[in-house]
Amino acid sequence: MTHDHDHDHHDNDLDPMAARVRALETILTRKGLVDAAAIDAIVETYETKVGPRNGAHVVVKAWSDPAFADWLRRDATAAIASLGYAGRQGEHMQAVFNTAETHNLVVCTLCSCYPWSVLGLPPVWYKAPPYRSRAVLDPRGVLAEFGLVLPEGQKVRVWDSTAELRYLVIPMQPEGTEGWSEDRLAKLVSRDSMIGTAVALAPEAA
Amino acid sequence: MNGPQDLGGQMGFGPIAPEADEPLFHAEWEKRALGLTLAAGAMGHWNIDESRHARECLHPADYYSSTYYEIWTKALEALLKRHGFVSDADLAAGDAVDGAVTPKRVLKPEQVAGMLQRGSPYDRPIASAPLFHAGHKVRTRNFHPTGHTRLPRYARGKVGTVEAVRGGFVFPDSHAHGQGENPQWIYTVVFTGSELWGEGADPTLLVSIDAWESYLVPV
Repeated sequence: MTHDHDHDHHDNDLDPMAARVRALETILTRKGLVDAAAIDAIVETYETKVGPRNGAHVVVKAWSDPAFADWLRRDATAAIASLGYAGRQGEHMQAVFNTAETHNLVVCTLCSCYPWSVLGLPPVWYKAPPYRSRAVLDPRGVLAEFGLVLPEGQKVRVWDSTAELRYLVIPMQPEGTEGWSEDRLAKLVSRDSMIGTAVALAPEAA
Repeated sequence: MNGPQDLGGQMGFGPIAPEADEPLFHAEWEKRALGLTLAAGAMGHWNIDESRHARECLHPADYYSSTYYEIWTKALEALLKRHGFVSDADLAAGDAVDGAVTPKRVLKPEQVAGMLQRGSPYDRPIASAPLFHAGHKVRTRNFHPTGHTRLPRYARGKVGTVEAVRGGFVFPDSHAHGQGENPQWIYTVVFTGSELWGEGADPTLLVSIDAWESYLVPV
């Protein structure tokens, strides 16, 4: 790969790709097939409007409101849409709840399926071969690389997103945060905790 | 196809190396690649399954040496050529040299929010009743189609348990090739680690896939 997986950085071969993409945009805009302002609007959406704060809102609502949590279990697409999050790569949502018995982990071994409507665009590692190859074979080894060691008795359930269903992990609410406001709770919900490569942060982090 | 995309269970790719405080994009061109892919797709001449297949048809050496936005860009060029929008001469010149077929539509900036908010639902009504229900034992088929499929190799010929019936969905194996939506029931099927990986498998592991009905046979 042009990014070297033996080091924790992901530098691209910038100049040839920058030229290649610029040329393609030039061709398509000159032919009137693509409007450059539409590209700007797409990029702006994912830079400013759609990201993991959406998912954190869903999680803290589920922690704070048992009726919402129940709805999320039965019909995640509708429950999530009620908070205003819907659309591309979130058309068919499933929420999977971590318990003391089972920890959930989401992967797409075949491409990069990811719940954009609640988490935004996926990180590089989620789309890259090391994670996609090993998440289904050795999930505990994968989690250890994220600094997460699960209790021995806790089962691991890996969800391979092979169809158009998109999975959002609902982490367990940290002890000692009962009665907290949704805004304060949301600070404990990282993107990775909703993929399953982390758990919710301890209360001291808020 | 047994292509480079089918990564489950492969080895040798090294550590995952998550990047602390990773930026949303690592270069300006990645933003344009994302926007170009979505805007070109909005012309309506190919679907997500054909897009995925174009990506997995990259030569394995190319696929594994490309970042994901590079893979998207290379596949987009292939789709644009296949559908008559871009020619080799255009790409060689880096400019519009040849003409193009007329697109069904061109995405306008004011349409972007609506397009992203609507998405592209892939569920479809199905007249027949589902063959399987939660609790049924099923075996995945062992096949090696040369075209697109969403049954990963590591889960072929394996016995699992149906956990849920998810509804009717467009069938990617035909949809990717212009052969129609042919919707089928989708099931979440759960496998034990030992069924998938045999000796030495994590005894606490369960892995599920979402499988179209024709991927499954009763046990």
